[in-house]
Amino acid sequence: MLMALAFYLFAAVLTVAAVMVIAARNPVHSVLFLILAFFNAAGLFVLLGAEFLAMTLVIVYVGAVAVLFLFVVMMLDIDFTELREGFLNYAPIGGLIGGVLLIELVLFLGGMMVAPASSAPRASPVREGVSNTQALGEVIYTQYIFVFQAAGMILLIAMIGAIVLTLRERTGVRRQNVAAQVGRTRAQAVENVDIKPGAGI
Amino acid sequence: MPSGLEPLLLEYLPIILFLGIAIVLGGVLMVLPLILAPSNPDPEKLSAYECGFNAFEDARMKFDVRFYLVGILFIIFDLEVALLIPWAITLFPNGWFGFGSAMLFLGILTVGFIYEWKKGALEWE
Repeated sequence: MLMALAFYLFAAVLTVAAVMVIAARNPVHSVLFLILAFFNAAGLFVLLGAEFLAMTLVIVYVGAVAVLFLFVVMMLDIDFTELREGFLNYAPIGGLIGGVLLIELVLFLGGMMVAPASSAPRASPVREGVSNTQALGEVIYTQYIFVFQAAGMILLIAMIGAIVLTLRERTGVRRQNVAAQVGRTRAQAVENVDIKPGAGI
Repeated sequence: MPSGLEPLLLEYLPIILFLGIAIVLGGVLMVLPLILAPSNPDPEKLSAYECGFNAFEDARMKFDVRFYLVGILFIIFDLEVALLIPWAITLFPNGWFGFGSAMLFLGILTVGFIYEWKKGALEWE
């Protein structure tokens, strides 16, 4: 009863927030609604017993990705009302993608409705008295090692891609060179000049 | 819904209480001024005062893309650490295989870290 109430609360707020992300006029409000949507999705994960996923969602998406989105929104020096004028031109293709996703969901859930036994082998049963994080750790690093290493490779590619795209060499700037700065001796920095009185330098 | 989930959810009761208090407090603080505070709007109150001038441009301005780079690099290492938390819990049951798997993962990301360091992406002029 209480769980059903919590589920409907989270799901309703999640849906409303997701609609507001694309409906809000101010892009900063859109990002804030996105954060609300993330929090409610985390609540749904907790209700499903997927604690680790919920906490990761809060830490990674709310803590980092949303901040990055805010960066982008702040950084774009664009007139957003102008940007919205072509909004309806994209409606057909957006609707198409949405339709494909809807069909996929219906097929997936419909299969589970027709034959409930078909979803049983997919679920990895959690042993009694084992927390969600521990159950996850028992399969990620052993059974799903290739997927795990692929995740590592994707992170590496993301890192290199971000650097290649955004880092550019600047000329005429003075970088810090800690070793050279610390290794400087008095003899290199100071010079004693013998000046005759009244002669100037 | 798996059985035996209720005790787990009861552990979240303090968080729900905290959330409820936060929402109520936020709502009260937003509604009370509407009722109590004197409200006497006037366009002159919003205009530039005396010799002040109107805003020249939007508050949004372009800033350096390197903030963004630092943000992305932070997310990548954030994810890396998040993926290592289950590893820390199951280090002994998984044995050497699990240990080596995570070490390979860390090694791949260390390659990226060295690249980043040598490329000077972490430096700030």
